[in-house]
Amino acid sequence: MSFRHFTGRRHKVRRAVMEGFDPILTIAVAILLVIGTLLVYAATRSWYGSLGLDPQYYLKRHIFNILIGGALAFGTTLIDYRLLRAYTPIVWGVGVIGLIAVLIPGIGREINGARGWISLPGGFQVQPAELAKISIIIGLSMLLSERLHDGDQPSSKDVLQGLAIAALPIALILVQPDMGTVMIISASVVTIIAVSGAPSRWVVGLLVIALLGGFTAVKVGAINDYQLKRLQSFVDPTADPQSSGYQLRQSRITVGSGGLIGKGLFNGPQTNGRFVPEQQTDFIFTVAGEELGFLGSGAILLLFLIILIRAFRIARRSQDSFGRLVCTGVIAWFAFQAFENIGMTMGLMPMTGVPLPFMSYGGSSMFANLIGIGLLQNVHARQRG
Amino acid sequence: MNQRSRLSLIVVQVFILSLMFALLGRLFYLQVGAGPKYRDAALSIQSRDIVNPATRGMIVDSSGVPLALNRVGLAVTVDRSVIDAQSDKGGAVLSRTAKLLGLSYSDVFRRTRLCGELAKGNQLGCWTGTRYQPIPITKDADPSRALAIVERADLFPGIDAMPVAVRNYPGIGGVNAAHELGYVGPLTESDLSGVNGNKYYRSESIGKAGLEYQYDAYLRGKPGIRTVIVDRKEAVTRESKNTKSIPGDHVVTSLDVRLQASAESALADAVMRARSIGYRGDAGAAVVMDVKTGRILAMASYPTYDPNIWEKGLTVKQAKDMFSESTGVPALSRVLQGLYAPASTFKSVSLVAAANAGYDLRATYSCPAQVTVGDRDFQNFESKAQGRLTMKKAIAISCDTIWYQIAYDEWVRDGGLSPKKNAHDYFFSAARGFQIAQKTGIDLPSESSGRLADRQWRKDWYVQNKDYFCNYQARAKKNQLTPFLIALAKENCIDGDKIRGGDAVNFSIGQGDTVITPLKLTQMYAAIANGGKIWQPTIAQAIVKTNGTIIQKMKPNVIGNLPATSATLSFLREALREVVISGTAAGVFSGFPVAVSGKTGTAEVFGLNLNGTKKDNTSWFASFAPSDKPRYAVVMMVSQGGFGASTSAVGVRKIYQTLFGVVGSKVDPTKALFPKGPPTTLPRISATTKVNK
Repeated sequence: MSFRHFTGRRHKVRRAVMEGFDPILTIAVAILLVIGTLLVYAATRSWYGSLGLDPQYYLKRHIFNILIGGALAFGTTLIDYRLLRAYTPIVWGVGVIGLIAVLIPGIGREINGARGWISLPGGFQVQPAELAKISIIIGLSMLLSERLHDGDQPSSKDVLQGLAIAALPIALILVQPDMGTVMIISASVVTIIAVSGAPSRWVVGLLVIALLGGFTAVKVGAINDYQLKRLQSFVDPTADPQSSGYQLRQSRITVGSGGLIGKGLFNGPQTNGRFVPEQQTDFIFTVAGEELGFLGSGAILLLFLIILIRAFRIARRSQDSFGRLVCTGVIAWFAFQAFENIGMTMGLMPMTGVPLPFMSYGGSSMFANLIGIGLLQNVHARQRG
Repeated sequence: MNQRSRLSLIVVQVFILSLMFALLGRLFYLQVGAGPKYRDAALSIQSRDIVNPATRGMIVDSSGVPLALNRVGLAVTVDRSVIDAQSDKGGAVLSRTAKLLGLSYSDVFRRTRLCGELAKGNQLGCWTGTRYQPIPITKDADPSRALAIVERADLFPGIDAMPVAVRNYPGIGGVNAAHELGYVGPLTESDLSGVNGNKYYRSESIGKAGLEYQYDAYLRGKPGIRTVIVDRKEAVTRESKNTKSIPGDHVVTSLDVRLQASAESALADAVMRARSIGYRGDAGAAVVMDVKTGRILAMASYPTYDPNIWEKGLTVKQAKDMFSESTGVPALSRVLQGLYAPASTFKSVSLVAAANAGYDLRATYSCPAQVTVGDRDFQNFESKAQGRLTMKKAIAISCDTIWYQIAYDEWVRDGGLSPKKNAHDYFFSAARGFQIAQKTGIDLPSESSGRLADRQWRKDWYVQNKDYFCNYQARAKKNQLTPFLIALAKENCIDGDKIRGGDAVNFSIGQGDTVITPLKLTQMYAAIANGGKIWQPTIAQAIVKTNGTIIQKMKPNVIGNLPATSATLSFLREALREVVISGTAAGVFSGFPVAVSGKTGTAEVFGLNLNGTKKDNTSWFASFAPSDKPRYAVVMMVSQGGFGASTSAVGVRKIYQTLFGVVGSKVDPTKALFPKGPPTTLPRISATTKVNK
């Protein structure tokens, strides 16, 4: 049945694929995208306006990013994911090349102390680490599902190969350094291996390593050099003495001050006063907290919950191991990244610069997130056959 | 899908979903649970209050003449947001301004820094307000120099000159009244912390002493607050609140500028007179009280200072002089805080004690040259024997030995060194009845209470000093190891906790350890004059709104009655009249047309001056007049001023001259200050009220 898609005419294929999408997942993501767009606008309009710049600068670019991301996501759904396995080495290779390129002076650009961006014409920038997440998830899933005919389990050798596949890009991201992304990718890798049915000793061992690594990261690396600089640059020398926790404190106060119903969209004094730095990217959730209150920001958490629950449903129903592992990887990625980001704004997690999926301003992250959704829909669309 | 995979997926699902619920829980805590706390925190981050202080209320005398008002001064101010943005943070502009105003750059720099910007312990002169208001470098700039700043705005970016309200003590009629009025000043951190239960705004001024302090809550008014919302760069984004200031209320005092000026100059003259005849004359006090109400009509302390120096900006030297021994501690009000032995003025108390003990006031008593108590001889004043005297005469010429004998006899009757359980203690209880050890309760801050050296005080004193006296040879300084002092210490060590015969004798003539303030003595003599009522003195009469509405009228309060029968008091008044007719004050008041009653006092003072000389006697004169219908109590004290009559009584006579309008040896009723008594109605209040000639 599944081959039917490839025999029909093009428009027919498109309609058939779209019919195969999980509508609840699509709607939940779409709502998040709309809310995110409003929040990016809320975070930047009065700031840019007061500087005499176009208040809609970020709004326009954010919408543009969403449109490109949507197209990429749709593109991702067109090719049957099972065929995608054949392209895995290419996807992985492109990811690694991007990560190497970003480290070359003259090509890569340093922002906030991390060399993680490649400048493109038109003022756009690409962050290869975001796209590398997809490479790693697909690569690892392929390796661990290669020999799987239901019931077979990956051997230690498979796990080792998988880890090797993941290790190179992770190492390259560590060099930038981008601790946040490393933590999220590592969490995804461990989750994929756990769900792959790999020997228990691997799962337990990796979990222990991940926990230790996470603990050390929190203790030592949570506020590393570039993040310290970032903190210091916001200590206003003329204002009241501010501790190094300025950003986190401001962020927590901004969320807390929203109360139950919030100050109303575009009406947050903390947001309009630009008290939280990087509010349109890493701290976008504080806008929701202040302006939409517990009802609005709680709704955002529920939307994430819905997306994850639907994604798990897709993973469980997946006919084959590859689809299941890809879904698991994407789930872990979204979940840990959302948890780290929102947890950070509320003072639960240490400060690492990761964006909030579907909401933060930033092209690469938006593209990667929507491609991730495309992968989930791809797996879902092929479950009927 | 194999079993383990399925299980793992479920575990992962449970784990991840619980992470999401953890976020939801945290979100609920932050926004709903702790929401109010964070809302306040956010408000303090975003909002800035710009305080527009209220116009302070005036302090006026009983006929409405201003004692404290607000003058317009020219302030040269700094806008920190402008000068901080300059490439050298305003260094060049500030030094140019300092040069123009004739100030030092470091002073100007300090005055324009928020206190938090200067190192702890080095914040003198810092600006206690906020950076959002113009910060004054001076409030009293020379107009031509201030004009230069306004005209050459290009040379002085961020500097401005503007008129501001300055607290001013105009000194109308030559009045100083620094100790009574007090002064205003910036808030301290402890004021701001709310320890005294008041909420202040940083740039407000508050009363620091005197009436300005006592009635600050009324005088200060309510500042206008403009609350603006700022962004992270402190740029104002909008205004959220703007309340108008409410001017402070006026305080109407019972002081009279004419009498006050007269009391001040009479006091200063008395001090100078004492100095001219060889006494040190280091300080003094004068008080005039209405004996029918306890209201203070004039109150002066010497040395004094210009109350305006605080607003002009105190230099370090001025601040030091204010509290320096070598300048006589001008900040100290001798009226309220000066404690002195009352000497013979205390014989009024002793007379009451003797009457209560059953001594016949109409009998005659022997006034020998000395009385032997134990192994010591107590000399009469100037060691003169006066033979037998009536009690009245004894008061008039201030015989001491009569009191030695009575006090000693009573001490022996009370058991001497082993006192009876319920000793009569007529002298101590009379003194307690006069409230010697209590504050008068006047409506001015920092009043000292007197000391009544009775049995209990003696015991407490002994507990504190026993160690010193019992180890005198080891504890005392070398130059204090004289045979007399060593013997005294030994005596004190053995029975220092007991009232000895000598103590009782000294007590009866107001010497020894009993000390009182000039205000307390005024209160006592007012009570003698009015038939026994002890009034709580008041200096404020009423609080009046700017529109004339009376907010509060201070009601005079009787806080006790003298422990004497009316017969005793009437005898005492006759005796005090005799002092002026034929006694120690007769010479000073000879030919004075108003009948005055009073008592001189010349107190021995122990101890040395800073330069090592022996301290001179304290000169007292406590009085009331007119003798037949007493209305005013007038007391003067000159520390190290010599005799009571020649120094203080002369000063008191001058005050009566002004009060009653005495010209030569006649009363000119048109010149009397209060032909019908002190004013009973409140005056109309205006900054331009003139002195009534």
